[in-house]
Amino acid sequence: MTHIMVPVKLVPDLVEELEIAESGTALDMAWLRLIINEFDDHAIEQAILLKERSGGEVTVIAPDQEGMDDVLFTAAAKGADRIIKLIGDFEEGTNNHALARAFANAAKEVGPDLILTGVQGNDDLDGSVGPYLAEYLGMAYVGYVAGLSLEGDKAIVQKEYPGGLIAEMEVTLPAVLGIQAAEEPPRYVAVSKVRQMMKEASIDEADAGDLDTSGGLEINSMYLPEAAERAEMLEGDEEEIATKLVEIFKEIGVM
Amino acid sequence: MAANEVSHSPSITKTFYTSLFDITDGDNIKTCLQCANCSGVCPFGYLMDFPPGRMIAWMRAGIFDEVLETDSVWMCVSCYACTEVCPKNIPLTPGLMTRAKEEMLLAGNVPTELQSALEFSQRYGNPLGESPRKRAEWAKDLQPEVPIMRKAKRPVDVLWFVGDYPSYHPRVIQTTKALYKILNALGIDYGILGPEENSDGDTQRLAGERGLFEVLAEKNAKAFSRYEFGEIITTDPHAFNAIKNEYPELGIEYPVKHYTEFLAERIDDIKPLLKGNGEVKVTYHDPCYLGRANGVYDQPRALLEAIPGVELVEMPHNRTTSLCCGGGGGGMWLDGFQWEKGHVRLSEWRVREAINAGADVLAVACPYEPPRFEDAAKMVEGAGNLVVKDIVELLAEAMED
Repeated sequence: MTHIMVPVKLVPDLVEELEIAESGTALDMAWLRLIINEFDDHAIEQAILLKERSGGEVTVIAPDQEGMDDVLFTAAAKGADRIIKLIGDFEEGTNNHALARAFANAAKEVGPDLILTGVQGNDDLDGSVGPYLAEYLGMAYVGYVAGLSLEGDKAIVQKEYPGGLIAEMEVTLPAVLGIQAAEEPPRYVAVSKVRQMMKEASIDEADAGDLDTSGGLEINSMYLPEAAERAEMLEGDEEEIATKLVEIFKEIGVM
Repeated sequence: MAANEVSHSPSITKTFYTSLFDITDGDNIKTCLQCANCSGVCPFGYLMDFPPGRMIAWMRAGIFDEVLETDSVWMCVSCYACTEVCPKNIPLTPGLMTRAKEEMLLAGNVPTELQSALEFSQRYGNPLGESPRKRAEWAKDLQPEVPIMRKAKRPVDVLWFVGDYPSYHPRVIQTTKALYKILNALGIDYGILGPEENSDGDTQRLAGERGLFEVLAEKNAKAFSRYEFGEIITTDPHAFNAIKNEYPELGIEYPVKHYTEFLAERIDDIKPLLKGNGEVKVTYHDPCYLGRANGVYDQPRALLEAIPGVELVEMPHNRTTSLCCGGGGGGMWLDGFQWEKGHVRLSEWRVREAINAGADVLAVACPYEPPRFEDAAKMVEGAGNLVVKDIVELLAEAMED
């Protein structure tokens, strides 16, 4: 029976404009709305699909951040067997080195045969979680995975490459896979099911200990992209503008 | 296509039948005559494997599972046309169709388009996926300022429940600003909730997401309870329906009026402000949740007829037989799915009726409609000059010099 562990994290929700903190080296957490990393959501879906197809057990594990309980109960409503929250100093934000170390420590207790996590996140400043996790656990890593099947102690994975190429590879378990996309879009669970799960399921807690951020980046400054004046506005009526456009196209050799 | 396909793993929960009979007049379903009026009047009935009448037949035969293995219910726009014509008064729309959608949703069989709208509603309190902090952004540069309850810190006569599309959709914001103008012209003491307002949740409920509806209703209830106001008004018949008929079941009770009712009560104050802009033929589209679901037919027409120069002409489908714009019951978020089924749009059917009635203006009273009908007018031959306006926009324009 395959035990699949899915480490997930929350990332800034880009529906709100991002603000830089006064320190100038981080995002202002007070104004931040967090959302589950989309790729991690796909990793959960892929794990549940595997469980539905070939049996097994799914454990979803996540750092203690505001809003994480909802994410974990939703995962349980989708079919996760165990949900674990890592208790530590995550509220102020940390880096992926520290997060991967915390996940690795927890993995030693969970004992998974397979770890699926999002291939990337929009706040990955110091590399993505998956490869670090594989390194700290001494496991193999394959990223950009968009589908897999299990055969004994092996996983047959489809890895995406640019230009529409897909490679099929065999990986010996245990291994860490960075999920680019689940085989099906993450499913919808009715709110009533999530609410029911809040009553029935419980979140296990694991101590993350002191967060070790070593190996990460030191951020000197963070700033919003500055608008540059490279656009030329064409003036005139439609005819004149069209004529000028054609001239420009010819000049730069696209016509 | 693949993205919209529904997988087939429904399960009828034990509570399904109980809840079906439980609602008002729910027991009537047992008396169905199989007359098929419901299936015939349904604007999408011919595209469904199981229109309402046949659903009931299969239910009686004990093979209802087969119904839920199809995606028929996602063609239902919750327009109440079937409910209106049923000789046995079976609550087909609020009962059978909505319950069946709930079953599909619990089984996880949700078309992807609809899924996003539901997830956005859960996360941001609006189905458009917009920032909840920007809910009052439409009012940002208006003078005089739109009073937001949290800042105004005083009781008001009227709490204006703005709604989702009127808050965020660029076309519908024009109708929102028109009502703003009229409220000011009439000297109404009003306020809005701004970022504290959430989606009314009614269309999510009719799309099968009862739990989400309850969450949204509770959030609105919390906001309502913070302030003192006399009554609620809204431009959105769906919000009107929710607050009037559904919220009370959750213990949330406030008097609410659709703006057409509210303004019709003040028609004597409005008339002197209206100026003629020449002769114009106007036809009026009864929104499902103002008309059939709530019986408001006369006030919108009275407001239109108060505008000098307006000649009101009726379309073949009017009042109780009005034709849905296609946006109800989740249809607003199933356009792609429904298009793939039949390559037809209800909104285009309606626009053709407006043209055939000889109308220059298609007047509406629901925020779903201006964008839907304007898009449809682009597709219908001969509809190039048809103007689609909310009644409130026509009133506001008639107040201009």
